[in-house]
Amino acid sequence: MAHPLTLGPETLQALPSGGLYWPAQRLLAVSDLHLGRSGRLARRGGALLPPYEGQATLAKLDADIEALAPATVLCLGDTFDDLAAAEELPEAEALWLARLMAGRDWIWIEGNHDPGPLALGGSHRAEARIGALTFRHIAQPGARHEISGHYHPKARLAGTRKPCFLTDRDRIVMPAYGAYTGGMSCTDPALAGLMRPEALAVLTGPRLLAIPARQGG
Amino acid sequence: MTALPAPLADWLATQGWALHPHQQAMLDRAALPATLLIAPTGTGKTLAGFLPTLAELGTTPPPGLHTLYISPLKALAADIRRNLTRPIEGAGLQIRVEDRTGDTPATQRKRQRADPPHILLTTPESLALLLSYPDAPRVFAGLQRVILDEFHALAESKRGDQLLLLLSRLQSLSPGLRRVALSATVEDPPALARLLSPETGLLLADPGPGPDIAMLETDTPPPWAGGGGRYAIPAILDQVRAHRTTLIFHNTRAQAELFFRDLWLANTENLPIAIHHGSLAREQRQKVEAAMTAGSLRAVVCTGTLDLGLDWGDVDLVIQVGAPKNVKRLVQRIGRANHRYNAPSKALILPANRFEVVECQAALQAVRDHDLDGDPRPPGPRDVLCQHILIAACAAPFAADDLYAEVTRAGPYHALTRADFDATLDFVATGGYALRAYDRWQRLKQTEGLWHLRDPRAAALIRQNLGTIVDTETLKVRLRGRGGTPLGEVEEYFASTLTPGDTFLIGGEVVRYEGLDELTVEVSRAPGRDPKIAVFNGSKFSTSTQLSERILRLFHTPGWPGLPAATADWLALQARVSRLPEPGRLLLESFPYEGREHLCIYGFAGRNGQQTLGLLVTKEMEAQGLAPLGFVATDYATLIWGLEAVTDPVPLFAPEALRRGLETWLQDSALMKRSFRNVAIIAGLIERSHQGARKTGRQATFSSDILYDTLRRYDPGHLLLQITRDEAMRGLIDFSRIEQLLARTDGRIDLVRLPRVSPLAAPLFLEPGKVPIQGAGRERLAESAARALMEAAGLA
Repeated sequence: MAHPLTLGPETLQALPSGGLYWPAQRLLAVSDLHLGRSGRLARRGGALLPPYEGQATLAKLDADIEALAPATVLCLGDTFDDLAAAEELPEAEALWLARLMAGRDWIWIEGNHDPGPLALGGSHRAEARIGALTFRHIAQPGARHEISGHYHPKARLAGTRKPCFLTDRDRIVMPAYGAYTGGMSCTDPALAGLMRPEALAVLTGPRLLAIPARQGG
Repeated sequence: MTALPAPLADWLATQGWALHPHQQAMLDRAALPATLLIAPTGTGKTLAGFLPTLAELGTTPPPGLHTLYISPLKALAADIRRNLTRPIEGAGLQIRVEDRTGDTPATQRKRQRADPPHILLTTPESLALLLSYPDAPRVFAGLQRVILDEFHALAESKRGDQLLLLLSRLQSLSPGLRRVALSATVEDPPALARLLSPETGLLLADPGPGPDIAMLETDTPPPWAGGGGRYAIPAILDQVRAHRTTLIFHNTRAQAELFFRDLWLANTENLPIAIHHGSLAREQRQKVEAAMTAGSLRAVVCTGTLDLGLDWGDVDLVIQVGAPKNVKRLVQRIGRANHRYNAPSKALILPANRFEVVECQAALQAVRDHDLDGDPRPPGPRDVLCQHILIAACAAPFAADDLYAEVTRAGPYHALTRADFDATLDFVATGGYALRAYDRWQRLKQTEGLWHLRDPRAAALIRQNLGTIVDTETLKVRLRGRGGTPLGEVEEYFASTLTPGDTFLIGGEVVRYEGLDELTVEVSRAPGRDPKIAVFNGSKFSTSTQLSERILRLFHTPGWPGLPAATADWLALQARVSRLPEPGRLLLESFPYEGREHLCIYGFAGRNGQQTLGLLVTKEMEAQGLAPLGFVATDYATLIWGLEAVTDPVPLFAPEALRRGLETWLQDSALMKRSFRNVAIIAGLIERSHQGARKTGRQATFSSDILYDTLRRYDPGHLLLQITRDEAMRGLIDFSRIEQLLARTDGRIDLVRLPRVSPLAAPLFLEPGKVPIQGAGRERLAESAARALMEAAGLA
């Protein structure tokens, strides 16, 4: 069950998965997939995780694409944990991505983790302006009608912490779509300073629930 | 019959020592291939084990290792060395005795391999290490005897399984090796004997007089719930005053700490009383042990760490605080008092709450009836076998046929099939199907029919990870400042809940958390403050099946003999307003309380079983739309709360539904993940220490959780998942107890609807360890919380 979010003249739908759907453009936006995280941690000498978390994330994306049949998919940055992760993407996952990309427009927005262009096709942008809305990885203070990711916001409600959308009349900050990603409290100064005081947090989950963001800490 | 060498016999005579009958019997049986001696503590059991060795070595033995002594405790090895040195030096025998444990310096360990002593005292872990070196055949070629001390304790854990595998290996290196095991009282001596070897002769020493045991009566009745027995401190101090030395046993470390603190506050005469448990720094524990040996302490507050070990002849009273949960352990603890031959042990048990009065009474009856509890041993776990295969590969290339034959000669692995062995070997060699792509798990290679390490450099890493003890990850605690005194350890999880300024108890003092330095918790002393509770997770035992059955029978013994008036009144009230649980029926109570519906299930399936029952029943309630919110479990009941009342319990307890629920739930269970971590460490899939640097528990847990998920999804038949499941079903999940409950009650379910909380259910509300349920109930609450927030903000 989706939850409507309004930004300027446009109405979008927050999805239980953490994706954002724009019916007027038949556009699905997802942010911070962080594919290849295990590989990066292993390269840096950290805990060794098998690389299957990418498959969990791709399975989720597959389900959303299946249900919505979007004309355009927009990945809002940090799709890969780093450039090496994109280059080392296991073949099975690369093929899976290729299958998802077939027959639709695919836009990669640069993130802070994966700055360079990729060998995967699709178009690569620093940011994308579509209709009245601007998509970029990291929110710019003062921007209007902007959709961004990067912070992995989370909010607490009735004792449970969940990834959430943050929304006010200027912007939407999307939750991380990736399977194993940490998060930042929506009351953290970095986020609270970005959002207006009356901002809402929309918690992901089977039923999306909206609460005042400043009370989601 | 083997005779003692003349100088030793003379020396014993001058000391006025005469051999006990079982000591003489051990000498008489010296030539037999295997002997199990069961004797109470304080009867010269260890000497009985060593006498044949001393007899055979004689006055001037040739060089070479003759006897290997293995004990579960490092401290015991050092103590035995001192005790053996006395007669050996007294009689002028040229026998070299050395100990070898994790604490032995590296140079000495190296020398021991080059030039072994006649008698080597060690632990299972150090033996595993010795056998992993290529020179093991030379070191052990002439080995004549092996003595396993405290065999009853070793046999109950994976350390015993590993030890018996190692013994099998030793037997291959030295076919004439004879085995001796020493044990305290156990419920099934022949089974323990078979474990040692199929040809074991059983020797039962005179058990001595029965124990003098009673419930400790206090002026105030025990509280309704909780543990620790602090209400009885005045009565316990009276007992300490009236005896020479008292051991005060607790079931958990946290309870021991809290009790010790309050005991000191009440100890106005400054009686010398100390505390001893596994979380204290080794220096601290050694100080207490030394003071105890010197006879300068009047009491020690302790936990299972003192279940085994040094003989302290001066202990004349044992107090068990809290229900003993298990009759066999109670009897073994009682045996710690009066280590004098033929004197009865004196013990008191103190129920910590109202329900435990009933359990203590049932335990007393069981002790008097000599009815010890215990479950039959499961077959040897295969994670230990994985490690054994790695040990074999470190020592030398091996043929699968030979190793299989050797492994199945070990008691716990008699029934291991060749197919299971081969699957285990395959896992050790390749990591299994899902992990095949990873270089690090490709460990063994077969060349010309022999298996060997693919990379010989891996041996060092394997050796660092030997042993089957997987500790809860802990952090050291020390006083802040340069060279701050080490105080002990706390669980990493507990440390992670602390914020600077929090206070907790350790070693009987209140300390203030200052911060974390690397892997050390820095604290300062904070006397006079009330501590935030110290939550070390001491082992939580489940009340045994046999004891639970006795409790149920006791409920229906007319007049409740032996129960104090306060407890009898409580049970009478329960019988009047509801019912008392019965052995052949399952009693459920349903009542509203504080706006929530409650269901209380009196299953008597032990703490872990009741916990699992809580998870499965709430799952089924969720499916029925009853919106459960959480539950709490004790050894005898589970209390569930939620938004809707249960009116038709039968489908909730249908065996098929519960088994099905178990299968689904097991997949994601944190308990499975915890069991998996231990299994994965023992089997060598993940490492405890990597090139000397210890991983923090969180990292290990993290990667083991993800490995678990990975295997579950991509290789559900993986060997380690099978092992984990077998293990969890017995231990943390304990579904066998639920099966027993279902068989015992066979659909005879009584649901009693009450207007308010029942007397028997009331204490459950005070129990810690509540488990929240994430489901529709919580969604409903979250929705109304969200609605309230939005309305308050004027947005709805």
